[in-house]
Amino acid sequence: MMAMIFNFLIFPGFLFAAGAGLLATWLDRKVTARLQYRVGPPWFQPLADLAKLLGKEIIVPEGVSRSVFLGAPLFGLAGVTLVSAIIFSPAPFVGDLIVVIYLLMLPPLAVIFGGSASRNPLSAIGASREMKLVLAYELPFILALFTVVLKTHSIMIGEIVRYQNLSGLMIGSLSGLFAFAAALLAVQAKLGAVPFDLPEAEQELAAGPLLEYSGAPLAVFRLTRAMLYFVLPAFLAVIFMGGGLDPWFMLKYLIVLTLIILIKNTNPRLRIDHALRLFWGPVSGLAALAFILAWLGK
Amino acid sequence: MDKKETLIPIGPYHPLLEEPEFFKFYVEGEKVVDAEVRIGYNHRGIEKLSEAKTFDQATFTVERICGICSTSHPFAYVRAVEDISGIAVPERAEYIRTIIGDLERIHSHLLWVGLAGHFLGYNTVFMWAWKYREPVLDIFEAISGNRNHYGMFKVGGVRRDINDIAGLLKAIDDVESFCNMLLKAVIDDPVIKARLKNVGVLKKEDAIAMGVVGPVARASGLAIDVRKDHPYAAYDRVKFETIVMEGGDIFNKTAIRLLECVESAKIIRQCLKQMRPGPIDAAVREVGAGEGIGQHEAPRGEVIHYVKANGSNYPERHKIRAPSFMNVPSFKRTVIGESLADAALITAAVDPCYCCTERMAAVEPETGRVILTGQELVRLSQEKTEQMKVKLRG
Repeated sequence: MMAMIFNFLIFPGFLFAAGAGLLATWLDRKVTARLQYRVGPPWFQPLADLAKLLGKEIIVPEGVSRSVFLGAPLFGLAGVTLVSAIIFSPAPFVGDLIVVIYLLMLPPLAVIFGGSASRNPLSAIGASREMKLVLAYELPFILALFTVVLKTHSIMIGEIVRYQNLSGLMIGSLSGLFAFAAALLAVQAKLGAVPFDLPEAEQELAAGPLLEYSGAPLAVFRLTRAMLYFVLPAFLAVIFMGGGLDPWFMLKYLIVLTLIILIKNTNPRLRIDHALRLFWGPVSGLAALAFILAWLGK
Repeated sequence: MDKKETLIPIGPYHPLLEEPEFFKFYVEGEKVVDAEVRIGYNHRGIEKLSEAKTFDQATFTVERICGICSTSHPFAYVRAVEDISGIAVPERAEYIRTIIGDLERIHSHLLWVGLAGHFLGYNTVFMWAWKYREPVLDIFEAISGNRNHYGMFKVGGVRRDINDIAGLLKAIDDVESFCNMLLKAVIDDPVIKARLKNVGVLKKEDAIAMGVVGPVARASGLAIDVRKDHPYAAYDRVKFETIVMEGGDIFNKTAIRLLECVESAKIIRQCLKQMRPGPIDAAVREVGAGEGIGQHEAPRGEVIHYVKANGSNYPERHKIRAPSFMNVPSFKRTVIGESLADAALITAAVDPCYCCTERMAAVEPETGRVILTGQELVRLSQEKTEQMKVKLRG
């Protein structure tokens, strides 16, 4: 029991993922800044931003459901914390891919609930975009993950890691490479990073679903986002490049994160119809191709 | 409001254009079904202010109309005053005016390309375009001592000479290569193309009907450019092309602006090479009485100044028509039917400049009714014309 609480709250759950996530967002901001000929923030800036937000007043708009409005951020935070605890869990029985897919749905759902509860037209449009985006990227994401399942004959993360230790990394095979590319784009959308930052689209919807949030609830949303910056690339690294918390894994994680940051900085924002077409067309096609190749044993 | 659609306000507090304007987009889902624009948050009464200044002081006043194209207003204004009594400007001053006018076009267009990238959520383009705009501002500082508000123009000539020709030629070469690089990077990007092609199309007949000017008109296939149509300053002594495209969408507007930067660099280079030593100021003492009109092809299109003088040292009437005033209403034709994601970009595609465009409305305080509307002003003006006709008949 104590071990489970420790796993959930400290390592590899909440505290670890939060720290790693905040550092990852700092890396994102720093690399972005250097790409744009700016200096960029010091390493503790994301933490300072978070601390500042936590000290601000919490404003709840008139006439909204307080429980949904204030509960939504916690809902998302719980989801991402669980995923982190599961991916690196020492106990293998919880490390199930399907559970991870479910739990990764929680942060977008939290954004949709929060945005819809805000009674603001911009938030509502942002929430509806988030909903469409979830529908768009889930299909290729799941297809890509099941390519891995097909190849390793297991849905246990521990088994998938062991398979890769024995018979080579997933990304080394053709099907694994295609599946990785499709999953990477889906992760880009899950992170809400350009070119898939449509729900928040600063220039069109101000902050979209987060527009009415302030103070601590906003900090929780930001923290959830930051933790996703650690959890999602780490998840991809575990599934496609093998796991284990060692220096090699850090390198693999950084490679995935760098890819995400580069995609983010070399593209404009897509329109929602373009995003749907992209995910249901080429990206799903790529994932399906990977699945077929895996079927053929490539 | 009896409309059923959702109202999306993009207003003074929205981080879209950092200028005081207010768009109301009525949307169904993500589709814009109606749009309204409201300006007038920042009316400064420049025309009236100008009447209290001497002809020389008013040059500085009109320079402060716009922070971006700060030389286009003095350019048109001094031409209007010179037009009153046909003041001849020394040749070297004409060349310097041309150089300043087209340097400004480069920095203004680069600024817009950066903003367009920002509106697309493509902040890398934003930062890069503004980085490459910086050398242009440095050139301005070297010439005039200021990055903006150069204070170069005066009635009858210019205030400062350009001396370092060789250094400027090299700086212009650098600027041109930046522009070419940016042109390639933006034009060849497939995602940018997907976002901009066939979006916010202003058809040729709409462009004519709305009376749009500048790059907006040229992107819709109208070959209008004051520099070519009514050559002034040194524009008839240099070779350059008016870039015209047919599509009318935002992609064309972007491409035209970038291509115009390259043309402007050519104009500046020719001017620098052709310039001969000589006086830069006609030393005007009297303006005289009469009326004058001055035009200039500003980065956003044709700007017109009308000045009426009564022989004193002050303009009796000063009327300004900025290009954005013509371009802003074209939103009504371009934004309806497009998605909200594109609406922000479409409104920005005409490169609107609100500080140039500000107008005011007179309202009766008791009822809140707008008096002196467009029709009322037309009626008043027609009544006045009738009175004049009666008076003329005696």
